[in-house]
Amino acid sequence: MKLFEYEAKSILAKYGIPTPQGGLATNVSQAHEVAAKLKPPFAVKAQVLVAGRGKAGGILFVNSIADAEEATEKLLNMHIKDIQVRSVWIEERLNIRKELYFGITTDRLNQSYLAIASAVGGMEIEEIATQTPRKIIKLLINPQHGFHTFHAREIARKMGYTGNQLSELGRIFEGLYHVGMDYDAELIEMNPIVEITNGKFAAADARIIIDDNALFRHPEYRKRLLEGEGGLTQQEIEAMENDLAYVKLDGDIGVIGNGAGLVMATLDTIQYYKGKPANFLDIGGGAPAEKIATALKIVLSDPKVKALLINVLGGITRCDEVARGILEAREKIGVAKPMVIRLVGTNEEEGKRILSEAGVHVLERMEEAAQRVVEISKHGGK
Amino acid sequence: MGIIIDKNTRAIVQGITGAQGSFHTKLMQEYGTKIVAGTSPGKGGGQIHGVPVYDTVEEAQKKHSANASIIFVPAPFASDAALEALENGIKTVVIITEHIPIKDAISVMAYAKELDVTIIGPNTPGIITPGENKLGIMPAHIFKPGSIGMVSRSGTLTYEIAASLSAKDLGQSTCLGLGGDPITGLNFIDSLKLFENDPQTKAVVLIGEIGGNLEELAADYIAKEKYLKPVVAFIAGRSAPPGKRMGHAGAIIIGKAGTAETKIERFRDANVKVAEKPSDVAELLSKLL
Repeated sequence: MKLFEYEAKSILAKYGIPTPQGGLATNVSQAHEVAAKLKPPFAVKAQVLVAGRGKAGGILFVNSIADAEEATEKLLNMHIKDIQVRSVWIEERLNIRKELYFGITTDRLNQSYLAIASAVGGMEIEEIATQTPRKIIKLLINPQHGFHTFHAREIARKMGYTGNQLSELGRIFEGLYHVGMDYDAELIEMNPIVEITNGKFAAADARIIIDDNALFRHPEYRKRLLEGEGGLTQQEIEAMENDLAYVKLDGDIGVIGNGAGLVMATLDTIQYYKGKPANFLDIGGGAPAEKIATALKIVLSDPKVKALLINVLGGITRCDEVARGILEAREKIGVAKPMVIRLVGTNEEEGKRILSEAGVHVLERMEEAAQRVVEISKHGGK
Repeated sequence: MGIIIDKNTRAIVQGITGAQGSFHTKLMQEYGTKIVAGTSPGKGGGQIHGVPVYDTVEEAQKKHSANASIIFVPAPFASDAALEALENGIKTVVIITEHIPIKDAISVMAYAKELDVTIIGPNTPGIITPGENKLGIMPAHIFKPGSIGMVSRSGTLTYEIAASLSAKDLGQSTCLGLGGDPITGLNFIDSLKLFENDPQTKAVVLIGEIGGNLEELAADYIAKEKYLKPVVAFIAGRSAPPGKRMGHAGAIIIGKAGTAETKIERFRDANVKVAEKPSDVAELLSKLL
């Protein structure tokens, strides 16, 4: 779960990490109130959960309260990468001497957390890594002993700092590590963390992504996610509540299958035959009929879907349950779109019998099914 | 032969009284796996499919000295179960549970490293040596004994490819699911090493997917170490968009990192054949053997 910049910054502030003074506004009069309490000039920043906000014009710099109001209005009327801006964060603009990067991510090979720092910041870390690989400082965090003050100081030293600045920057890095651990962050970064002209530091932007699997330890965020405030669509929320994995794509072939790898491979095969998948939907293992019906409802709520491919390889999922779910959905929500079904594995015969008695044809090979559904999406089906 | 599990494997099932734990205990027994005990805190004393149930692993170990464990405990309690297995001398731990937090997985892996324990998973279908035994939830009838080693990050995709191999009489030595999470125990390189040393294995099928860089590192390992056995790879997620988690917690492209293209390219650079579609794996293998 991604947190908004303003949320991330308020958490950082609680841990003693300096952040610019600021406030949140969802309309122009709030913008006035917020700006009136701050010292100009201001940065007015659209609160959206997509990367590349700056490049898309989502950050405006202004000199007066009136201009802050105008900037707020402009941003609130904007879409950034198809996401409507619903709030802005107005903060005091910093006098930046230097932009730096510090973040903590996971290292799959070493099965631990990895601290990454750079004396160049402000752009995506991959970009920094490509453009100035020598400036990247990496420290693998010992999973049993954690990240300590001396680690933080060493990173600050490698970034070129000495004296009070070294200690201050180290304290900030250590603070960020504690935020990351306490909030179960799978990624936490200050990009940039800036050196101000007075020699102090502040987190000018902050990003926290909470590990979805740890949300049971953070019920307030889980609740917010399910209430639609985490940037999820209605379909994504419904999928999440029903323990289905759903990702909306922009094609016209709806896809449902069991198992993440198999569904991904199904999308790839559709693409191989020059079709365009409308979504990814994994029903998981052992799904009962009702869950299959919910999956169908979610996929078919996308008006772009012209045809549907259901690809199930039954292991713990039973083909007869899948067949019943398909018929149940057909009855309840009226599936008018053509469906191509591939069904093999546990209770395959029973599943096929149920479907063929209802006039639904079942295929055996995944490639054959993918080819067929692509054909239908392009030229119409029966 | 095969890797990691064999006839001497004596396993306990942690979470044996749950629906999944109990169901798969029966299937594993029927396949020939020695399940010597089960645990379920607060429910010790009875039996499930003839297997004695204990409250704790320590108690089970005193009477049965198992050397492996398979975990079906729900995610919030799964890392505790894994640590319990580790602390009680279990040397192979298969964690079936999905949705374990990264922080918990990291602490389990660190302790496993210290104690030199093999962890498979989390979020894995487990491991099967066809015709001998299995510690996992995979439908056994799909697999056939033979000489192909399989290692994968995905369950049903492994079944899909294993079924197409079995249909062409390309049986398997051992099939191993690494798990769909970002932090797992065994990785591709570990598995390649094990298969290289297994006399039964003549070739390896590696099934990867988007996210992380472990496929890339495996490709580099194959090239650098002049890996002795032929490898065929399949990578799922060519059509996956960046920034979206494709079902598995670990299947996500971040920025430009972890794409299928990069992985496929690295395998091709290492002279590893990469299948375009799942069914192509069997054909590519037949040509190499």
